[in-house]
Amino acid sequence: MGKNMNKLKHLFAVLLLAPAFALAAGTEVKLDRAPIDENDQASLQRGARHFVNYCLNCHSASYMRYNRLRDIGLTDKQIVDNLLFSGGKVGDLMKIAMDPKDAASWFGAAPPELSVIARSRASHAGTGADWLYSYLRSFYRDAERPTGWNNTVFPNVGMPHVLWELQGEQVLAERKVQGAGFEKTEHALKLDKPGKLSPVEYDQMVADLVNYMVFMAEPARASRTTIGIFVLFALSLLFLLAYALKKEYWKDVH
Amino acid sequence: MASAPKEPVQFSGAGPLNAPISGVLTWVDQRFPLMSLWRDHLSQYYAPKNFNFWYFFGSLAMLVLVIQIVTGIFLVMHYKPSAAEAFASVEYIMRDVPGGWFIRYMHSTGASAFFIVVYLHMFRGLLYGSYRQPRELIWIFGMLIYLCLMAEAFFGYLLPWGQMSFWGAQVIINLFDALPLIGPDLSTWIRGDFVISDATLNRFFAFHVIAIPLVLLGLVAAHIMALHEVGSNNPDGVEIKQHKDAKGIPLDGIPFHPYYTVKDIVGVVVFLFLFFLVVFFMPEMGGYFLEYNNFIPADALKTPPHIAPVWYFTPYYSILRAITEDFMLVLAIGVAAYVVLIWLTTRNALVKMAAPAIGLVIIVLMKGGPLAIEAKVWGVAMMGAATLIFFLMPWLDQSPVKSIRYKGPLFRTALSIFVIVFIVLGYYGTQTVTPAGTLISQIGTLIYFAFFLLMPWYSAMDKTKPVPDRVTM
Repeated sequence: MGKNMNKLKHLFAVLLLAPAFALAAGTEVKLDRAPIDENDQASLQRGARHFVNYCLNCHSASYMRYNRLRDIGLTDKQIVDNLLFSGGKVGDLMKIAMDPKDAASWFGAAPPELSVIARSRASHAGTGADWLYSYLRSFYRDAERPTGWNNTVFPNVGMPHVLWELQGEQVLAERKVQGAGFEKTEHALKLDKPGKLSPVEYDQMVADLVNYMVFMAEPARASRTTIGIFVLFALSLLFLLAYALKKEYWKDVH
Repeated sequence: MASAPKEPVQFSGAGPLNAPISGVLTWVDQRFPLMSLWRDHLSQYYAPKNFNFWYFFGSLAMLVLVIQIVTGIFLVMHYKPSAAEAFASVEYIMRDVPGGWFIRYMHSTGASAFFIVVYLHMFRGLLYGSYRQPRELIWIFGMLIYLCLMAEAFFGYLLPWGQMSFWGAQVIINLFDALPLIGPDLSTWIRGDFVISDATLNRFFAFHVIAIPLVLLGLVAAHIMALHEVGSNNPDGVEIKQHKDAKGIPLDGIPFHPYYTVKDIVGVVVFLFLFFLVVFFMPEMGGYFLEYNNFIPADALKTPPHIAPVWYFTPYYSILRAITEDFMLVLAIGVAAYVVLIWLTTRNALVKMAAPAIGLVIIVLMKGGPLAIEAKVWGVAMMGAATLIFFLMPWLDQSPVKSIRYKGPLFRTALSIFVIVFIVLGYYGTQTVTPAGTLISQIGTLIYFAFFLLMPWYSAMDKTKPVPDRVTM
């Protein structure tokens, strides 16, 4: 019996440790952490402008209404004057004129709908924001791709580098790294031709854009956390009352 | 023949409303068994006084059921059960319906909370032998509730029409495809189409919002009626009805109301604190309650690289994936060994004859060359068996005592290992297939079934402790 118990204990240990081995085996692109602040309204407003200027031509955000941008501090007039180019109403959804079928024939695949893209791109490698922030900064020149562009975060991506004028052109450079007793090759992105923005400015611009896309993916997020604090506080008070009531009733149960 | 009118109801509150309230209650009670229901199930239902932490989860399961029904009603007001509109209508609820995000997150969090609460409730039953005679039917009704809950969750998960909704349903419906002879026709019949489509979504909607909830409510009623017929078990596993006072009230019993109503309110408040912590601050729960891929609309042409069911199904999903062609030999050897064990230990002549015969048939179907059924089908069968085997608990447990407090080291060890294996299988069910993961799932599958199938032996030979006469606090 004792011997069996020992065997069981070994099995126990193996089963418990196994997840660690499995995790160690996975290989993935490392994502950069997106430096975003959901309370920074100026950043969200800049991001909304970038989104409307650069993304909302090929991609739609058709679950999002323009007037929801009031939540990030814009007035209806500001929205209509600066962001609503189609001449529609302020309560319209962020739809685009491009037919998805045409888009599919031009790009190989229809550009994805972006309303909730920041939520769908989350994984255990990082948040959706981290993915978007890394992705938009990881395009490089690749003559073998039909668009001339490739991406380290999304290999063989269909989208060309729309922001290339701002970022400039990156290339995938090989470099030799001295490991412990052996030499290994690493691939790293290198800015080949500078764009209109400096690397720091470009990162900030992408961060603003990603910040906005996170907001757009769940506009209720801010009010959700605010209400949540009140709810939890009220429940804490209720707990004190409920506990005192229980104590009172139960004092004669032995 | 009119029976004599019942005694007037005396409402014993304080204040000027006493008389009118008593009047109304009397009027109702003479036409409906109001007061006897109240007495039988609350004010004079005597529950053991020594309930501990584990006894909160029954009432919490009822609370979550109510949350799911109420939030579900509001969701149905705005949701569109159509393949073209479903995904957008969920986002419409999240954005344009006032408070819609709150209702939706309560419902999505409630689904996971339901399983957490029910798993803990079932574990309580395993701990204290709540399935033992005379509570077998309570356990069976409870297991039927659990099966309904799984069906309810499965049907409901298709409704948001995201990628995981679609492909998760695809994986499960394709399981029926594997069945011999009728498989392909059966799966087409379930889908109502050759692929998962609008027709599938509509019938899943019907099952999710009316068919299964109706059955669920009936089963919950049966579960509670059976419980109140025999009385609650308790952490000591002693029957409180064996020691009654002169009035016939169990000495160790206290009226459910007010004692356990006020106690359960504390449990409800603590539960709601944790529940709303998730609803307001982490509704996705790291991708476990709301899977990230489900924020991509369903696309029949794009198979996600990794299809994982929601966490509460993953132990069974692991078992399904563990049954590979090269594992069949191990299973066949397991069956043979089990037959030998039965043959050596039984004194029943019929069992001595039947066990080898049944075993042989199973082994031939597993490994018998041209007669063998493919491993995929066995995977489905084993997954089904893994959920159904709980039904046998009342008869598998041969221990002379009910509660873990007085059971011996064998049962305690077995139950601990079972819980760990359940969690490990659950973990691997969320992961992509790796050779190591498959091996661990296979070992886990063997242990999972061994826990149940060997129980008649280890529970009987275990060294138990003496059970006290009365409950201990």
